Amino acid sequence: MEDIDAIAVLQDPVRRRLYEYVAAQGREVGRNEAAEAAGVARTLAAHHLDRLAEAGLLESGSRRLTGRSGPGAGRPAKVYTRARGERSVSLPARDYRTAAELLAEAAEEAGLDAGLCAAARRRGEALRGSAAPCGGLDEAVEMLAARGYEPRLEVADGAEGAAGQVVRMRNCPFHAVAERFPPLVCGMNLALLEGLLGAGGPVRARMDARPGECCVVVEPSKSNDH
Amino acid sequence: MTASPHAAHLAELNVATLRHPLDDPRIAPFVEMLDSVNAAADRAPGFVWRLVEEGAADATGLRPAGEDVIVNLSVWETQEALWDFTYRSGHLEVMRRRREWFQRHVEAHLVLWWVPAGHLPTVGEALERLADLRAHGPSPRAFTFASSYTPAEAAEHRHAVPPARPEPTPRGAGQTPAGDAAAV
Repeated sequence: MEDIDAIAVLQDPVRRRLYEYVAAQGREVGRNEAAEAAGVARTLAAHHLDRLAEAGLLESGSRRLTGRSGPGAGRPAKVYTRARGERSVSLPARDYRTAAELLAEAAEEAGLDAGLCAAARRRGEALRGSAAPCGGLDEAVEMLAARGYEPRLEVADGAEGAAGQVVRMRNCPFHAVAERFPPLVCGMNLALLEGLLGAGGPVRARMDARPGECCVVVEPSKSNDH
Repeated sequence: MTASPHAAHLAELNVATLRHPLDDPRIAPFVEMLDSVNAAADRAPGFVWRLVEEGAADATGLRPAGEDVIVNLSVWETQEALWDFTYRSGHLEVMRRRREWFQRHVEAHLVLWWVPAGHLPTVGEALERLADLRAHGPSPRAFTFASSYTPAEAAEHRHAVPPARPEPTPRGAGQTPAGDAAAV
C-alpha cells in the first residue's frame, strides 16, 4: 500500500482514535481494551483495528490475555501494536531522508560530531527562544510531545513516588538516521534537547539509551546519577 | 554459557586509538565508565563472551594492534543483541564522547563475523578479519552493521572457496586467494 493510501486510512475519526490509543500504549493491546478506550462497540473496534493492520499501520498477533496456557486457558485473543515502519508523504515529492543520510555519512566520515552537536544545541536554544529554562517535568512532557518524542512520566529505576519521576520518550524523531549513525545522531539529539530544555534549570537531559526508545531521559537536575 | 539454540554466533572486534595514555586525566571519564559498561555487557541479553586480560577486569591492557590502540573483542548470539548493547545501553554514552578520547580512524575500526557457537575467537583471528574488511570491504567473511551478512550467507561463502587455515599465517603470507575477492 502506498504511503498516501495508508495515511488516508487514518482519516476516519474512530480509526484515528484507535490508532493513537494503541500507539500510545507501547505494548500489545487487545480489542476490548481498545474499544473501551475509543468509546465504541467491540465489533466496530475490531473492524477498524483490522483495517489499520491491513494498511500496515498496526501489526496484529494473537496472545492469551489471561496469561495462562494449556487446555482451558481459552482461545488466544487478537492483539495490536504500532507497526515499526514509517509513513511519510511530501507534496511535491521531496526526499529529505536521503539528504539527511548523506549529510550524516559525510559528517561521520569527517568526524564532525562536535560541530554537529554545537549546531543542534544552538537550534534547541533558538526553539526555546527567550523562555526561561524548562520549569519542570510536566512542562518538559508538553514540550517534547509537541516535537513528536511521545514522552511519558515514569518512576526512575530504584526510586519511589513522584520524587523519583523521570521523562522517557517512546519515539525518536530521527529514528531512520539514528539507526545508521547512532553515536553521531544520538549525540545531536541530546544536544538539541539540552538546548531546548535550557541549562541551569530544574530539569536536565541525559543519555540513557534503551532498546526501542529515544536515547535520552529527562530528569530533575538534582537527582544523583551514579 | 550454557548451550545456545544458535548454531552461529556473532564475533565483534573494534579498535580505538587513544588520544592520551589511559592514566591521563583527560581519559579519566572513559576509564571511570569501563566497569559499569563491561558489567552491562556481561548481563546484556544475548551476550556470550568478551576478551579479558588474565588477572584483569577488561582487555584495555592488551595492545595487540599497537601501543596506543585498545581492543574490544566479544561474541554475541545475534546481531540484534550486539546492536542493542552497542547503541541502546550505557555504552552509547561512551560512543557519543568517542572523539574526546579516541583518534578518528580513517580505516574501518569495527568488524563483525560469524563463528560456530562455542568457538571463542583469538585476537590474531580477529585482527585478520579486520585486515580483510579493510582490504576488501564488507563480505560474508568480515562485515559491518551497515552491510551485514547472515550466518547462512557466511556458510555458503565458506563452501564456495577453499577453507582458510585457522593457524596464524606470517605477515604478508595471509593474502586472500583471488577467488575470494571475486565473491565480494
